[in-house]
Amino acid sequence: MKLSPALTSYLQVAPMLVVLLLFFGVPLLVVIAFSFFDFDGINTVPSFVWTNYQELFASKVTLSLYLKTIYYAVTVWAITLVIGFTVAYFLAFHVRSLIWQMALFLLCTVPFWTSNIIRMISWIPFLGRNGIFNQALMGAGLTHEPLEFLLFSDFAVITAYVHLFTLFMIVPIFNSMARIDRSIIEAAWDGGSSAWRIIWDIVVPLSKTGIALGSIFVITLVMGDFFVVKVMSGSHSASVAMAMSNQIAMVQYPPAAASAVVLLVIVSLMVAAILQIVDVRKELTR
Amino acid sequence: MGQAAPPAQKQLGKRRWTFYALSAFFALFVAFLYGPMSAIYVLSFQGPTGGLTFPMRGYSTHWFVALFEQQRTGDFAGAFSRSLVLAVLVLLVTVAMSVLAGLAFRRRFPGSTFVFYFAVASLIMPGILVGLGVGLTFQLLDVPTNWYSAALGAQLTWTLPFGLLIMFAVLSRFNRAFEEAGRDLGASNWQIFWMVVVPILFPGMIAVALFGFTLSYDEFPRTLLTAGAKNTLPMEIWGMTTNVTSPALYALGTVTTLVSFIAITLALGSIALIQWRRSRKPVSKESPAVEIGATQ
Repeated sequence: MKLSPALTSYLQVAPMLVVLLLFFGVPLLVVIAFSFFDFDGINTVPSFVWTNYQELFASKVTLSLYLKTIYYAVTVWAITLVIGFTVAYFLAFHVRSLIWQMALFLLCTVPFWTSNIIRMISWIPFLGRNGIFNQALMGAGLTHEPLEFLLFSDFAVITAYVHLFTLFMIVPIFNSMARIDRSIIEAAWDGGSSAWRIIWDIVVPLSKTGIALGSIFVITLVMGDFFVVKVMSGSHSASVAMAMSNQIAMVQYPPAAASAVVLLVIVSLMVAAILQIVDVRKELTR
Repeated sequence: MGQAAPPAQKQLGKRRWTFYALSAFFALFVAFLYGPMSAIYVLSFQGPTGGLTFPMRGYSTHWFVALFEQQRTGDFAGAFSRSLVLAVLVLLVTVAMSVLAGLAFRRRFPGSTFVFYFAVASLIMPGILVGLGVGLTFQLLDVPTNWYSAALGAQLTWTLPFGLLIMFAVLSRFNRAFEEAGRDLGASNWQIFWMVVVPILFPGMIAVALFGFTLSYDEFPRTLLTAGAKNTLPMEIWGMTTNVTSPALYALGTVTTLVSFIAITLALGSIALIQWRRSRKPVSKESPAVEIGATQ
């Protein structure tokens, strides 16, 4: 029996597709359906009403929540991009032995494979009032009183995000850079190009797939986060997903679903904008 | 390799200060990455009277013992074993399905773009949203959520696209001549798959397995609303962050990191072993599938 190539592909992709349809496609439709259900504060009644959305957009909190979440996303994106690009550039172009390259790359990726929650709470003894950082500052005589803004603040939230998510930037950018043909750079050197021009005119354009992938990861992770904000801000700050998780905890499913749909639309627009700039699939499967 | 030496030398000569500046930056980054984590590993060995912060009041394994004994902090042993079993299930399903799907994407088939973007959408979907959706779906169907059903599915929506992306990277370096050679020698499709494709892809499959295992073992936002009555380990840790104010929390952190490290070591060790064996066999000197740092 000989299967046609297209049929073979369908059979090969079917198991994954079925799982994704059942646990991602269907649940997504259910969330959208719930966002239109009637909710009187206690009971959820299947129907088709716009009240959940109306209440969401009428609330003053919504806009400030979104602005705060986008502020986190953009700040963390900028910081992780600079760190991620620099680290990947160092690994790809300055570490010349393959063994060292692999070893240092692994050094960066190992924390990625350990618990996010643990890595997050590890900042608490570090940044706290009597934490290591404050002790060190006072020990060095730089301050006389412990700095209060370190923990349970935006500073702590952003530090934790950068700590957790920079790896999502490094890995794809490094992967792109490792594929850059070294002879192009040698040619540029021989042509008398400066290091900056090589970075701007060769390395950045040729690693744009990695930059795009890393940006997508970091932005979507921050936009969807609820536990880092909660713990690291000490509940002084909030994000869209955190407000949603609070609603879920109070069994207010229809408002939570409406807020989820709006969040999803915004995240999708951000990702679509990135994909518009870089055709990730073409680059990945080439 | 050899012919690249002169320009590289020049590069090094010209940019010596940038090399040191970047090395320093890298060292700072590694310190940033590991510093706080190592602090909690040290703190988990606090003496019995020690607190959540330094100074250390003696050194002991008191908090590790407390972790396994103390029932008021929850069902640690149960959560731990559930998380391990769940991670292994996710690993097996992820490897099998993403290898197959990766092979499918080597041809352009009608709808392949849709499937690709569907998988990407699943990957970037905020985790809590997946959890909410799966939880509500099970509620509508009047089926109770369990860690081995709803949570397993919810986690797969995140590990499968990851596995697929890794398979893309692996397969882009896969030389189809091997398959054709097999076919020319009269092998059946089945034989080509098991005797040619799988052995060559094996290091890549271990990488997918490592991702599947650790992403599941540490998964929190998707599992939170889908695990049902019985907690997984990250949920247990999450509960402890609000209830437990003793170094037992750090001890839990140390234990779970240790498990992650064992998984990483096993996976990377076996990849290294396979590469080493292959490099010793004169027949198959072709570069194997996974060489992240390979410069072609």
